[in-house]
Amino acid sequence: MLPFLGGDFGNPSSLHRYGTGPRQAVDAARAQVAALVNARPDDIVFTASASESNNLAIKGLALSRGAKGRHIVASAVEHVSVLESLKSLCPLGYEFSLVPVDPEGRVEPDKLAAAMKTDTVLVSVMHANYEVGTVQNIKELAALARRYRVPFHSDGTAAVGRISVDIADLGVDAYTFPAMSVYGPKGAAALYLKQGTRIQSLIEGGFQERNRRAGTEDVAAIAGFGAAAAVTKTKLPEWSAAMTRLAQRIFTELPKKLDHIVFTGPVPAGRVQPPFSSTESGGSPSRAGRVQPPFSSTESGGSPSRVPGQVSVVVEFVEGEAMLLFLDDEGIAAASGSSCSAKTLKASHVLLAMDLPHTKAQSSLVLTMGKDTTDADVSLFLEKLPPIAARLREISPLYAKFKKGEDPYAVKPGETYEEHGEHG
Amino acid sequence: MYSEKVMEHFRSPRNVGEIDNADGVGEVGNPVCGDMMTFWVKIENGILADVKFKTFGCGAAIAVSSMVSEMAKGRTVEEAMKISNADVAKELGGLPPNKLHCSNLGADALHRAIENYLVKKRKAEKKDCHCPYCDTPIEASEICAPCKAQGRN
Repeated sequence: MLPFLGGDFGNPSSLHRYGTGPRQAVDAARAQVAALVNARPDDIVFTASASESNNLAIKGLALSRGAKGRHIVASAVEHVSVLESLKSLCPLGYEFSLVPVDPEGRVEPDKLAAAMKTDTVLVSVMHANYEVGTVQNIKELAALARRYRVPFHSDGTAAVGRISVDIADLGVDAYTFPAMSVYGPKGAAALYLKQGTRIQSLIEGGFQERNRRAGTEDVAAIAGFGAAAAVTKTKLPEWSAAMTRLAQRIFTELPKKLDHIVFTGPVPAGRVQPPFSSTESGGSPSRAGRVQPPFSSTESGGSPSRVPGQVSVVVEFVEGEAMLLFLDDEGIAAASGSSCSAKTLKASHVLLAMDLPHTKAQSSLVLTMGKDTTDADVSLFLEKLPPIAARLREISPLYAKFKKGEDPYAVKPGETYEEHGEHG
Repeated sequence: MYSEKVMEHFRSPRNVGEIDNADGVGEVGNPVCGDMMTFWVKIENGILADVKFKTFGCGAAIAVSSMVSEMAKGRTVEEAMKISNADVAKELGGLPPNKLHCSNLGADALHRAIENYLVKKRKAEKKDCHCPYCDTPIEASEICAPCKAQGRN
């Protein structure tokens, strides 16, 4: 990366000698990035972020097919960059349908088929979910879209760098993944576009990226993306195995150290998901007591049901952000789907789509292991979370009510629990 | 994201707990918002002799509850009723803009606990019946129907 931030500063589009080095670097990176996902280099479009790739895929593919139809199908658990892109098309006469997911976050092919209309021009279903780790059977879903002759886009941000991705095998027409998924620099991402796929460019101007994305390339970031992709390609099996094992430790050991927790998303083989300690209207009884399907075994599509190294858990009666702050004090970096921890002040739409009630989504904790996460890190987390949860439960009015045998979530007369708008 | 003072109250909140035989109990918030606060008050000779709380919520919500309890303790009922959510945020050295609404409900919870005490007191004194929230004359009921419909008790 460094040469392109220093002496090798030329514009890759320039024909003179200063453009040559940067141009070769971009081409080499394109080959490395393509090789990681078994794609043709020419089918890789470099963008600045996965959000941009998703915007380009949704808007670009839909706009170029506007004469044929204006209906789009996506899953209810997509990243906001997909959901907001869909909304942005509505004033142009487009409509979209969101396919519901099962309680583990999976899109069922039947549900996808039911959402298809005669004027559907695009289907978008993410490969893996960034919050609950669910891996979709993209091969089957893409085949379904192909039967309708509709292009299929998949957001692979949470899949690439964790599971082996073979785009040719998946059979998708467009696929998003950022450099960050493979420990590359921020500021570079890719959109795979199958050869011959029509797309309208969103950034007009120059002829970079074969007319699909104008603008001078961020050569340093792209070079870093290429190098990171090459390393990932050789190391991925080793990393995946290590991350799977570490996550498995949390799945196995945390329930022994902390009560009233419920894992969300697909969880390990044979484990019976305990019901929530308390129920409320709006929660589905179907969640409770179900036997989890195998976690690491392969399914019909040949992919695991959950990405390695990803744990999502509800710690009942405790709010997510408060846990994050105390974990941070211990040097543990985690995330949450609670509304307090989100800038939008809205609880995670992913958890709500999985039929989790608001009260439980507020208590979510998301842990992501990386290639450098160690057993000592996991042990530290397993040691620190139970006292943090105990401390917060001690001051939680919900836990106090639960202990007294009352319903912590009883709605008082005259009050309704409505989602408030955005603030500030 | 948070000021040092907020983090300090979050890490070591004051007056956590419940008061047995409290003179007043007040509750605000809802799980959709993500913050719920319950306050208990003990009142002696018109002064808040003890204030305790329990809070389910983010760092700001916990710090706000703690600060309100400190600000109210030892004050008269009238003084405590004048503590506003804005005063609490100010005392904490400010709160992030997006936390000013839903996490900053501590004063409201305190006021509900005090109102709850006032209702009980009026009932005990068997004075002319007036709704404690809006002074509407009423007969047997503790509070007037419109206030009851708003969930007050």
